[in-house]
Amino acid sequence: MHPAPSVILFSSLSGLGFGLLAWLGIGLPAVTGWVAFVFFALAYLLAVGGLIASMFHLGHPERALKAFTQWRSSWLSREAWASVAALLVMAAYGAGLVFFDARWWPLGVIGAVLSLLTVLTTSMIYTQMKTVPRWHSPWTPTNFLSLSIAGGALLAGQVNWAMLLIAIAGAVQIATWWRGDRALAESGTDMASATQLGHIGAVRAFEPPHTGSNYLLREFVYQIGRKHAAKLRVIAIVLMVLLPLVLLLSPVFHHLAAAVAVLCHAAGVLTARWLFFAEAEHVVGIYYGKR
Amino acid sequence: MTTLPQQTDRKLGLVIDLDTCVGCHACVISCKGWNTESYGAPLSDQSAYGADPSGTFLNRVHSYEVQPEVGTAQLVHFPKSCLHCDDAPCVTVCPTGASYKRVEDGIVLVNESDCIGCGLCAWACPYGAREMDVAEGVMKKCTLCVDRIYNENLPEEDREPACVRTCPANARHFGDLADPDSAVSQLVAERGGVDLMPEQGTKPVNKYLPPRARDQLQGPEGSGEIDVLAPFLAPVDTGPKGFLRWLDRTLEKL
Repeated sequence: MHPAPSVILFSSLSGLGFGLLAWLGIGLPAVTGWVAFVFFALAYLLAVGGLIASMFHLGHPERALKAFTQWRSSWLSREAWASVAALLVMAAYGAGLVFFDARWWPLGVIGAVLSLLTVLTTSMIYTQMKTVPRWHSPWTPTNFLSLSIAGGALLAGQVNWAMLLIAIAGAVQIATWWRGDRALAESGTDMASATQLGHIGAVRAFEPPHTGSNYLLREFVYQIGRKHAAKLRVIAIVLMVLLPLVLLLSPVFHHLAAAVAVLCHAAGVLTARWLFFAEAEHVVGIYYGKR
Repeated sequence: MTTLPQQTDRKLGLVIDLDTCVGCHACVISCKGWNTESYGAPLSDQSAYGADPSGTFLNRVHSYEVQPEVGTAQLVHFPKSCLHCDDAPCVTVCPTGASYKRVEDGIVLVNESDCIGCGLCAWACPYGAREMDVAEGVMKKCTLCVDRIYNENLPEEDREPACVRTCPANARHFGDLADPDSAVSQLVAERGGVDLMPEQGTKPVNKYLPPRARDQLQGPEGSGEIDVLAPFLAPVDTGPKGFLRWLDRTLEKL
């Protein structure tokens, strides 16, 4: 799949933002006043910034409001509802903390659930794609949610939780890759099923429909990432898991180290998310002999 | 509404005969010709005469080489357009309701004024039947020439999809696949029509007729002939022989 920067930024940043909102919702850290304002501002910048970034890949962003209509069938529509609901509930909860020094905990818990629900709906957009066997698995939502919760803990300054959850998210990430590498072969979709010519003999793509490229090839048959995939996976794990863990465990831990840990983790998540798209094999590539 | 209908009254679709398709791409051209100037946004081209031309097409013809374990390889031309699936995954993923499947005839269409161009429907289609138009930013797909098949301004013989109307090999057939007595349904039953990528669970309406078994090109075993037609192709020289042959050639040269 073509790794569109807008979608990678959106899913990574808003994942971190909604993760932080979830932690704030359950009162970890239990901040009020200006400190709460800074935490909420950061969470909203990440979550809303991500949502705005995602608008850039639309052909007609001016019609985006129509995406709220089809929540009965469409995960993208459900994501729109979940994100707006989470942002509104958390805004009310945050206003209580910042302006009234009051913790309306039921609102916070509802907001936390909605925040994680938003991350789940985002991941389900990809998970539902039977056409991309690598994504079509419970590992995709597990991967997205574990990263969001772990990154949220890191941003929320919950050091002990962050260390445990980042380690878990790293393990989930490796398991996701391990399973994903076998997914296309195990899906049963291949040249024989695509052309239904397998009963005659071995099928080989002889000539594509056109000598030039097209939308399908640009969008679905992206192959640049494959060459460096192994190296990028190592880089992603080092940035996302190992460096933050080392920084959190170091005896000279202070705010600067925490900031570096957050930046490392975010860069690692972006790398992993880039791979999530670049490595995904859409079955339409089979028709072009590219799988 | 992007939920799929429980069932459709008819299932209009195409039956594509891989045995007779000659790979001329006439269907590709007539499809682009009709659909670029009819329903919805035109099918744009980018850099059509430049170094890297590309464009939006609703129908594309692939060619595959099939190598049996014994014998010679076959070339199969393979036209591919929207299969108007019963269980169309492209419809349910649409967040705006722009994509829908018609209850009356099962045609899958895009309401372009509702399309936000998110591309998710193209992601959901395993067949590559949907293409985002670069110039217009909306999703384009085969309409089964919905503006021809019901068009009473056209002569009756033209009320079928442009690709079917134009096919010089008669490799494309159009009809109602829900009606077991229709010509297309009978063709599918007779020739063993198949679904593409059945494991994807899309339940396509369009069917593909597999190539028929090839004639034996080699002569009978041990006959020494390279071709069954060889006995009929032996050179037959009825010209003169000996002195007359020499005379004939010499006179020719004078």
